[in-house]
Amino acid sequence: MSWLTEMLSYAFMQRALIVGLLISICAALVGVSLVLRKNSMIGDGLSHTTFGAFAIATVLNFAPLWFAIPVVVIASFFVLKLSNNKKANGDALIALLSASSLAIGTMAISLTKGVNIDLNSYLFGSILSIGWSDVWLSLALTILVVLLYVFAHNRIFAITFDEDFAKAIGIKTNIYDAVFAITCSLIIVFGMRLLGALLISSLIIFPTLIAVQFSKSFGRVVIYSVLISVINFILGLIISYLITSPTGATVVVVNLVALIITYIVCKVVLTKR
Amino acid sequence: MSHAILAKNLSISYGSNNVINSANFVIDEQDFVCVVGANGSGKSTLIKAILGLIKPDSGKIVFGDDIKRESIGFLPQDTKTDLNFPATVIEIVLSGTLGQLGIKAFYRKEDRDKAEKALKQLGILGLKNTSFSTLSGGQKQKVLLARALAATSKVLILDEPSNNLDYKSRKKFYDELRELNKSGLTIIMITHDLDAEDLIGNKIISIKEAKVECYSTSDYLRSYK
Repeated sequence: MSWLTEMLSYAFMQRALIVGLLISICAALVGVSLVLRKNSMIGDGLSHTTFGAFAIATVLNFAPLWFAIPVVVIASFFVLKLSNNKKANGDALIALLSASSLAIGTMAISLTKGVNIDLNSYLFGSILSIGWSDVWLSLALTILVVLLYVFAHNRIFAITFDEDFAKAIGIKTNIYDAVFAITCSLIIVFGMRLLGALLISSLIIFPTLIAVQFSKSFGRVVIYSVLISVINFILGLIISYLITSPTGATVVVVNLVALIITYIVCKVVLTKR
Repeated sequence: MSHAILAKNLSISYGSNNVINSANFVIDEQDFVCVVGANGSGKSTLIKAILGLIKPDSGKIVFGDDIKRESIGFLPQDTKTDLNFPATVIEIVLSGTLGQLGIKAFYRKEDRDKAEKALKQLGILGLKNTSFSTLSGGQKQKVLLARALAATSKVLILDEPSNNLDYKSRKKFYDELRELNKSGLTIIMITHDLDAEDLIGNKIISIKEAKVECYSTSDYLRSYK
């Protein structure tokens, strides 16, 4: 186990582990509602928007994090409205927003002379870029998201299962939608430096997809999603350290393998019954 | 008998499309009202206005003294519910009591009792810890009805509840609704079919070309013979 001691002796690894665990918890919690409401594409759309905002902020010499947060929050309201609008072609418009943000960000970086940015670290993440400020921000976000889930769990269930019914019994679904939009934006902005614009949305989607394979209640889906998200992140980080692969990509591959194994095991168990 | 729901000069439109035009009707306590009309005639729009999901352009809905909008039990069209959603029956039925929970975060004992009572009333208490996705179509419909019952002891609104139910299940479902009505519930039900056997209530609200008319069921059936 000397590799473990060695791995944790690096300050950047300690920070990556803490931020990764915290973002995994938040992403899994918010992901349950987004995935079950069939709004998974929102994460993808917002992560690409975050990339565009980070790129423009860097080119304009603004603090990327503080520039990206309002931009992505505004985009999240727009995206959530689109995906809930039955008349609009929400899927196509989110894809359009994703591609446009990616293109604008890439162009802004490549056309600006004298700016030294590693495009790969934005797209695929870099654990070296995680600072202590990221740790504190992620911790604050996690406390907020966990409190939201503890105290509004029943209402989140009602909205996720049947929004019309939730509205009819007086639940302010638009307020919850706004809270989800802001939370989702913050998770993506804080987690993007770790996993990258192209991979961060996987943290939102995979844990729920794995948990629903074997959970029969909403409460269990929530708990298992968080556990799966945390375990898969730790595994991904360790594997990436041992085989020196990119952390973001390794975490996604670990999640993919977990999903395939869970799917096969559940199929076999169900067939035997 | 006092009124449960009263519509006064109610008009609703979507853009330039006038869906409900100056509707006036009275639904008394313990009425069983069937709302009929062609597809797209405005049946669901009328229900949404009663539930407060959409605002009318003019006119208003007035509730009886002891009826609150949040405590109306609502059974939406089952096509809008994800039938493979990972939830237990009790999780779903308990969510019906959220309207009476106020700002409280957790369910109280009385909410759990109410949910169990609704399940018992429909004879599905034994399914309370079963996964919703494993139930048959008829059982799923009963679970959603139990959720609506947990939300109310006064008014129940059902949007095309017999969709996707076979003939036998539909008949059984209607019998249960009759029993609930006899026990004191006011019921408003949108029916998809215009067969006489689907018009099981004592009143009919008919919507045609934005015009809303209220009949007794016997008068309505006589006029269509």
